[in-house]
Amino acid sequence: MTTVDRGLDAAPPAARGDHPAARPPTGPARRQRRRRGGFTPYALLTPAIIVLGVIVGWPLVQLIVTSFQEFGRAQVFGAPPEWVWFENYADVLTDPVFWAVLVRTILFAGVCVITTMVLGTLIAVMMTRLNKGFRLLLTIGMLLAWAMPPLTSTVVWGWMFDTDYGVINNVLVNAFGLDEYFQHSWLIEPLSFFLVAGVIIVWGAIPFVAFTLYAGLTQVPDEVLEAAQLDGAGGFKRFRLIVFPYLKPIFLITAILQIIWDLKVFTQIFALQDIGGIRALTNTLGVYIYQTSIAGGDFGHGGAIAVITAVLLMSISIYYVRQVTKEEEL
Amino acid sequence: MSAVIAPGQKIGGIAVAGGRAARSRRTGGGRRRLTTWLLSALSVVLFALFVFPVYWMVNTSLQPNNEIRGSELHFWPDNFTLRNYDTVLFDPGRTPFFPALGNSLVVTLLTVVIALAFAFLAAVAVTRFRFASRRTFIITILVVQMIPGEAMIVSVFRVIDGWHLLNTIVGLTIVYVATVLPFTIWTLRGFVNGVPVELEEAAMIDGCSRSSAFWRVTFPLLAPGLIATGVFGFLQAWNEFVMALVLNARPESMTLPVWLRTFLVANGTTNWAGVMAGSTLMAIPVIIFFLIVQGRMTSGLVSGAVKG
Repeated sequence: MTTVDRGLDAAPPAARGDHPAARPPTGPARRQRRRRGGFTPYALLTPAIIVLGVIVGWPLVQLIVTSFQEFGRAQVFGAPPEWVWFENYADVLTDPVFWAVLVRTILFAGVCVITTMVLGTLIAVMMTRLNKGFRLLLTIGMLLAWAMPPLTSTVVWGWMFDTDYGVINNVLVNAFGLDEYFQHSWLIEPLSFFLVAGVIIVWGAIPFVAFTLYAGLTQVPDEVLEAAQLDGAGGFKRFRLIVFPYLKPIFLITAILQIIWDLKVFTQIFALQDIGGIRALTNTLGVYIYQTSIAGGDFGHGGAIAVITAVLLMSISIYYVRQVTKEEEL
Repeated sequence: MSAVIAPGQKIGGIAVAGGRAARSRRTGGGRRRLTTWLLSALSVVLFALFVFPVYWMVNTSLQPNNEIRGSELHFWPDNFTLRNYDTVLFDPGRTPFFPALGNSLVVTLLTVVIALAFAFLAAVAVTRFRFASRRTFIITILVVQMIPGEAMIVSVFRVIDGWHLLNTIVGLTIVYVATVLPFTIWTLRGFVNGVPVELEEAAMIDGCSRSSAFWRVTFPLLAPGLIATGVFGFLQAWNEFVMALVLNARPESMTLPVWLRTFLVANGTTNWAGVMAGSTLMAIPVIIFFLIVQGRMTSGLVSGAVKG
């Protein structure tokens, strides 16, 4: 691909500039020319549209319809559902349990996202300053963590935090002399349950953030940094004035993705509850929808919660979509 | 040194400037060396933090169950045993492993192949053609990714049930293709965009037809993109849990994540060594796969997903 770039970009340095401000006004060199294809593009899109329509579009319509209905076990087995219109929504929105779940989800996601982004950025910056060998070491470590399936990593961390035989209690008691951690249950208390869940999620999410930001950092041109250094800008100042503006679009997109992923977290919470949490006190939105609909059989209320969650996520994602479409010059 | 290159005034100037920068760097050399040393040490600590859970999983799985339940920690499998794997793989009292492995492999590979094919066509459509609602399609692709799977699960369940495809490979594959597709289209779109149309046009001037120009020139250049995207699809499908839990709950139709969960629920705290053996069996193939393709993947991530 590099050969292609060298061969064809008429004005490579400017056109390849990654910062929006550094980008020249959109010219024919940058924008891909597209031809009118008549019927062809629609034919090419057909398979994708059919699959998405059937498995995403139609269920989405059904979900919204169900959320306006009284829809329980009886309806699953064929009884005609009764239209209750906004009753499900009114029930959900006046239910203190729902608000507790919502607030818990937002707080938990917020803490996870901030921790992930801060640590991920620090590690990315650190990687630019490491020697090759140490950078490779860290890369391998993060790849291993990244590659772990979420369910597996939850199970493993659950075992490490195990009350009786977990390595963490053992080390806390025997190496640090903290006897109160002898047979300490990490998952019974909601707050410490979420500490464990947060550790699992952040541990698994940092590699993606660090790799992405590191890749962004390597695209900051050295000449600009050197010039700033010659002009007497210190390390922090260089980061704030040069590196960060370059990094900002990538940083924002990564952060939004983290927010969305953490708000809809399911596997880690669900599996950790299996290992030993109290479900009622540790549900997040994703798990709560599952508990209400699938486990509880109340598809009407579950549907209402699902629609509210989807609206919440989509309103957050508007920013992401806008940013991305602006970046991409669609 | 500057004396040697003296004739080239300009070159000499640069060399002098470089020398000055190097000297000023050297004055703060002690502190700089300390920082480098500290950062290297920190990277080793971080490496340990990232790797430890993976190590602990493998370590536990290689020890007898009564050993890991002692008060003493074994940081190394002193009493090495493969009995946990034997139990997990062949004990008739448990949900069998091999059918679950087979299901996971078949569903994942089918998903990757079908999703790549469909996404490739869609990516070509949105990058190479102008048509009404092109923008709408792209924005829909982005928005669809935001809908939480748990929200859709009941309706998806009813669709699949309506087709009598519950507990089948086909049903789960269709759902996974739809799940993976938006991201796959988006990423591939970036890669196709990265190959200039001018290349195709050059080939056409040299006598290729439009479609053969595409297949002979653009398509080979997309190989890294297809691999990177395929890997992401693979990971998503292999790790997927909620849909599989609801759609393929029967033991004979389970995928590996659901299989691992039955293990967890049934054995909970009693047989951690066995659970770790099961976890290792599920994670190791992914990890190996990940390490093999990682170079291509991170570069793909940057040029495709992030930069476009």
